[in-house]
Amino acid sequence: MISVGIDIGSITVKCAVIKDNEILATSLDLTGFDVKKAWNKVFYDTINKANILEKQIDYIISTGYGRESVDIADKKITEITCHGAGAHFLDPRVRTVIDIGGQDSKAISLDKNGRILDFVMNDKCAAGTGRFLEVMARAMGVDLKEFGNLSLEAKDPVKISSLCTVFAESEVITMVSKGKKREDIIAGIHNSIASRTFSMANRLQISPPIMLTGGVAKNKGLVKALEKKFAQDIIVSPFAQLNGAIGAAYLAQNHKK
Amino acid sequence: MVEYKKAPIKAKDKMKQIMTNYFLDAYSAKDNGKKIAWITSGGPVEPLLAMDIIPIYPENHGAMIGASKMGQKLCSYAQGLGYPNDLCSYALADIACSKGEKGPIGQLPKPDLLICCNNICSTVVKWYEIQARYFDVPLFILDTPMCHTGFSYEIRSYVEQQFYELFLFLEHICKKKFNQERLQHIGMLSIQAQRLWQEILETTKHSPAPMSAFDAFFHLALIVTLRGTQVCVDYYKELLEEMHQRIEQGICAVPQEKFRILWDNLPIWYRTKWLSDKFAQKGVCLVADTYTSAWCSSLKYIDENNFLNPLSEAYTRIYLNQGIDIMADEIIKMIEKYMIHGFVMHSNRSCKPYSFGQYDIQNIIRAQTGIPILIIEADMLDETKFAEGQIESRIEAFVELLETRYEA
Repeated sequence: MISVGIDIGSITVKCAVIKDNEILATSLDLTGFDVKKAWNKVFYDTINKANILEKQIDYIISTGYGRESVDIADKKITEITCHGAGAHFLDPRVRTVIDIGGQDSKAISLDKNGRILDFVMNDKCAAGTGRFLEVMARAMGVDLKEFGNLSLEAKDPVKISSLCTVFAESEVITMVSKGKKREDIIAGIHNSIASRTFSMANRLQISPPIMLTGGVAKNKGLVKALEKKFAQDIIVSPFAQLNGAIGAAYLAQNHKK
Repeated sequence: MVEYKKAPIKAKDKMKQIMTNYFLDAYSAKDNGKKIAWITSGGPVEPLLAMDIIPIYPENHGAMIGASKMGQKLCSYAQGLGYPNDLCSYALADIACSKGEKGPIGQLPKPDLLICCNNICSTVVKWYEIQARYFDVPLFILDTPMCHTGFSYEIRSYVEQQFYELFLFLEHICKKKFNQERLQHIGMLSIQAQRLWQEILETTKHSPAPMSAFDAFFHLALIVTLRGTQVCVDYYKELLEEMHQRIEQGICAVPQEKFRILWDNLPIWYRTKWLSDKFAQKGVCLVADTYTSAWCSSLKYIDENNFLNPLSEAYTRIYLNQGIDIMADEIIKMIEKYMIHGFVMHSNRSCKPYSFGQYDIQNIIRAQTGIPILIIEADMLDETKFAEGQIESRIEAFVELLETRYEA
């Protein structure tokens, strides 16, 4: 049984191929303006990597904001269900998933079978999302990859009070001009996302263990800030950014055309 | 097995005609020597009818503006006058229309007096004060204290006293004696209409439901604007009869009804069709809501033989003017009554008293019933507060959650 999951997010397109409950290949690329072109490329890259032919695929599920654009998909499922399934596939102990994507963040609680018990999503606002981090890194003139590591060097993190991405950017620029240390400001930014995520997730009953998914899971500073806020360890899978696509492919394992 | 089918509600055309006649009467009020009172949606309309005053509801007009997708334009006009973005969008749109901007029926007939009851919110007080200054007309404010945990003798006498003041106020404006007998007669019609409305809403206990909350949002207009009139009673009798016929004939709102949903808060007027289609495609029917049922929720406090006596209680103990524990109790009763699978709460940027306690109510309902609950953020009128992609994802994920919960 070979299945494919395609996750079209606001920033990146992700694809995963699973054969008999084993991940064969994954890949990702920027979504850009032409969504169809983007998923086509990622889809063929992934099946080439997996060394399979298109006709060998039994079932395809698409997910994410652009899921409707995937005309080769046999089924379209929301990213919420897919992130729950992906986390369960990667680590069946997980009971709470926190996914921080490009334009939204969500918290999902799971039962022992990986089924969704409840979920919450962020408000209509980019604060506490991957895009917020991108904007802040740019405002600080720091490469996104270095952003998280720098926050770990902070001695006295500043407090970012604005919840709005645009206003927080001006707040950050003000702090820069006041001569605040770069790593302290960056740590403040990470703490601000962590506390926003915490107050959202708190609307659910948070059961451990928690897994962090989405592209920002690569950011060690944010993981640390979240662990502090949630007062517990957080599981980060090496497939964090691909979790939605893996979840889609995993759900597709149970389907036959 | 019965084959269920969908068909439009026939009475709908008649209702449009009744509403047209109502507005025509209002527009020609001056020629017929009648006065116009603007009144809040939870305000006591019966004393006005007893004095031959035509009640006009800016909030009902707000709903029409929303359904005509004119909310954004009017709200931004009022914001341009200096009113804040956070202000209730009904208030913004009404202020814009008063200043000459056109709504779906042009402008409302100008008021001779204003009646404001704060049982629905406190924004209406400032809103009506603004309008009283603008139109230079008298304003009566009926103050109904919040009933956090229940009702009291003090609240009753405080509100009752104001009703007598209202009668004097109306006598002064109309320059004629207040007719208590007429009020009793109108009160009877009002009670009858509220009972019929309740019966109509309760027909959706049948599965599949003969109508949905989206239909109730539409047919609500009469119980708001014309309760206390024979026209309203006659119309609801006909609508109730049609609902019974629909059940017999297997006509329903969503033929593939899989999940029955309870809706909280005002409709998203400019998206009712979109939402209705979105839910129906997934086999979901909104069978009941806390909003339209608010217009019969006070029936339990009313005494048919003496309409005036419990009037103060009926108008004070409305759904929105109570503590959240009482609201949650009412929601739980509805969940049982209508065999509800999931609860969708519209967190309405405009309506603070309706939206403020929602997260607490959500926790109470979740703990006591365990049903899945979804909160979507939008606004009843202002389209700029509606994010289609996000709301679509939430609704679809919610339906997937219902599927795993109930079909596993």
